[in-house]
Amino acid sequence: MKTTIIEHTDKNEARSVRIGVYVCHCGLNISQTVDCEKVAHIASGLDGVVVSKGIGYACSEPGQHEIRNDIEENMLDRIVIASCSPRLHEPTFRQLMLSSGLNPYLLEIANLREQCSWVHMKEPEAATAKAVDLVKMSVSRVRRLFPLYEETLPLTQKSLVIGGGVAGIQTALDLADSGFDVVLVEKKPSIGGTMAQLDKTFPTMDCSI
Amino acid sequence: MTDVGRHPRIKLLTMSEVVDVKGYVGNFDVTIRKRARYVDEKECTACGECVKVCPVVRPDEFNMGLSSRRAIYSPFPQAVPSAYVINVNECLGHNPAVCAKCVEACEKKCINFHMSDEEIVERVGSIIVATGFDPYDPKELDEYGYTRFQNVLTSLEFERLVNAGGPTGGELVRPLDRKRPASIGFIQCVGSRSTRKGHEYCSNTCCMNTIKSTLVLKEHYPDINIKVFYIDIRAFGKGFEDLYKRSRRLGVQYLRGLPGSIEELPDGSLKIAVEDTSSGRLEFFSLDMLVLALGMRPAKGTRKLQEMLGLQLTPDGFFLEAHPKLLPVDAATRGIFFAGCAESPKDIKETVTQASAAAARAIRLMHSGQITSEPITSEVIAEHCNSCGRCAEVCPYNAITVDVKKKTPAVVTTAACAGCGTCAAECRFGAIVMNHFTDEQITEQIDVMLSEHASEKILTFACNWCSYAGADYAGVSRIQYPPNARIIRTMCSGRVDENFIWQGFMKGAPVILVSGCHIGDCHYINANHWTEKRIEKVHKRMEKLGIRPERLQLEWISAAEGARFAEVMSRMEKIRQSVSEIETKETIKTVKNYKKADAEK
Repeated sequence: MKTTIIEHTDKNEARSVRIGVYVCHCGLNISQTVDCEKVAHIASGLDGVVVSKGIGYACSEPGQHEIRNDIEENMLDRIVIASCSPRLHEPTFRQLMLSSGLNPYLLEIANLREQCSWVHMKEPEAATAKAVDLVKMSVSRVRRLFPLYEETLPLTQKSLVIGGGVAGIQTALDLADSGFDVVLVEKKPSIGGTMAQLDKTFPTMDCSI
Repeated sequence: MTDVGRHPRIKLLTMSEVVDVKGYVGNFDVTIRKRARYVDEKECTACGECVKVCPVVRPDEFNMGLSSRRAIYSPFPQAVPSAYVINVNECLGHNPAVCAKCVEACEKKCINFHMSDEEIVERVGSIIVATGFDPYDPKELDEYGYTRFQNVLTSLEFERLVNAGGPTGGELVRPLDRKRPASIGFIQCVGSRSTRKGHEYCSNTCCMNTIKSTLVLKEHYPDINIKVFYIDIRAFGKGFEDLYKRSRRLGVQYLRGLPGSIEELPDGSLKIAVEDTSSGRLEFFSLDMLVLALGMRPAKGTRKLQEMLGLQLTPDGFFLEAHPKLLPVDAATRGIFFAGCAESPKDIKETVTQASAAAARAIRLMHSGQITSEPITSEVIAEHCNSCGRCAEVCPYNAITVDVKKKTPAVVTTAACAGCGTCAAECRFGAIVMNHFTDEQITEQIDVMLSEHASEKILTFACNWCSYAGADYAGVSRIQYPPNARIIRTMCSGRVDENFIWQGFMKGAPVILVSGCHIGDCHYINANHWTEKRIEKVHKRMEKLGIRPERLQLEWISAAEGARFAEVMSRMEKIRQSVSEIETKETIKTVKNYKKADAEK
């Protein structure tokens, strides 16, 4: 069961936080529509924000290096990255938090690419206004986040492969040869799938079985 | 194939289907139903004595019905396992008075009519979906005359006909008169790239498969006349262009245009009318035989498996990967991976590549023998809990226990909690904290968003797995929509508390959109049907309070529906424009009074 105990009483209390905000240009992907420097400037005036700046590629090694240095120098404890979708790089930045000694859940990502610059390409002003809002929302949210801790659970080192065609066969063999047990389920009386019905196969023109 | 049969680490279950999957990444509990084979798989030596005495003759599926087999049979000579099988629906029965001839013929006594279906339970850490495809059924394309004209074959039938192990030993004959055809035509894109009948997508393999067939034919019968009717020849892979050139060099004629009509001539040949789109001329050909290059469609069981595993499908009906470029073999559900045509039509090389990738991804997950759980789960604040039992009722995972009679506070089993947040949304006493998506965190986002120019904004809630991903997909596809939308991400639409909606209206939101996965596609089993019920309730309340219910919209948008997301946003913007300043001010007052009265109760 859960090993960490979070004290609920302090969750809602105001506390001093030190937030870093990074507005990623993503090359031109974001910056050609959104005025990134303006967004960063506005964010710098928000409550709790200690560092706020534009950054070429937040996900790149130099970008991450810069953020890591800032965390150290300014004793930042929470980070807002305004960049691509969190579905893409949230794990990257959570890793960065960890490597800087911060809790990875004190991170918030504002989606300025998929949900802003790429969908309002002809309206740079409105896109910038939206970006400002998204960053403001993220900063206010990150202020209210609290650390969370992952838990380790046992895992069964066995795979189920559904389907015994060429895909299932190859996966099952790769897994089994790597030392994992495999249950291969096929609905027909034999494995082989469609491939077994073919004689020669392109591009090598050899036998399929 | 034989490697699979004899691998000590592979447990092969044929004639089996997965019927139920419970649990989560690292520890899935899978129930498999194995149908009875009626022949002992381990003892059978495939001697074939049983087949000699079996009186029941049926079409052979492996040869696409071009030859026959008995009711007891081996699917094909290289089958794994190599044991015979009885089709019990065709068999006359084991009563000696009726038949049971095979039982007598089998020296090793492997045939057992008392076998029954088995249910097998396995615990696994990861699942690979490799369920393949079904070939397109060309019967609906009536103009091609498949099944009406005997000499019109599908590409799979043709495969068996030219296969050395096939019914004719690889000798090409026409089905009608068993004569070798002097001319043969291939029709491409049957069931593919069509908005009329079949599917809109390209099936990826049929061009190369036809080119391969022309090479096989030219090798055996150098003087055969071959015509290929096509839209485009897609020879995009390594070594493909080379094969295409070789085929042309050998005299295969490629004609751009698909036949408009086909007639059968008295001798069984086929008269084809086709517009050659490169010259614009209408041409007529008489060919001895025609082959339809069938496209692929999603396998029959796809939908069932998708529901069982909580996966998503593309509009084409194939499984949807977590990310088209960066996570091409992962499902959005952790611990599940795709390989082969289940994910999209692909050839053997691509299938093998993807299968190895899926194995590597599964190994990456499993190799340490441990898994870290997501800490985004819910917790109960015991002193606020009223033990009403609502949270336990709505939890899709039965992760909450509460004794309503004894009035003991609710307890969350963290390992079973998947983090949808429906419990927190339904709790009337504020006793549940949904970590990382707390009431305070979300309310703060609403407040900040609406602190300035509220009347211009569209407050949008989107679930992480479908609607938020759908919005991302609109971005990836560069589909433009009004810039007033401000999205708040929750893991599931089930998290959207009715108070978030009231808060939005209280802060001056003209319109609010709640969006989630389609009913039946919810990433949290069925949490979104609580969303639906909740929105219904709020709509009724809005009506009573004199607020136009259309200002709150509920939409189901999948991860693949980027265009739909944009369309919904444009619709929301229209509704927003219909809301006047006076109306929102009125609403702010009304909701404030309502919340005050509610709090006093």
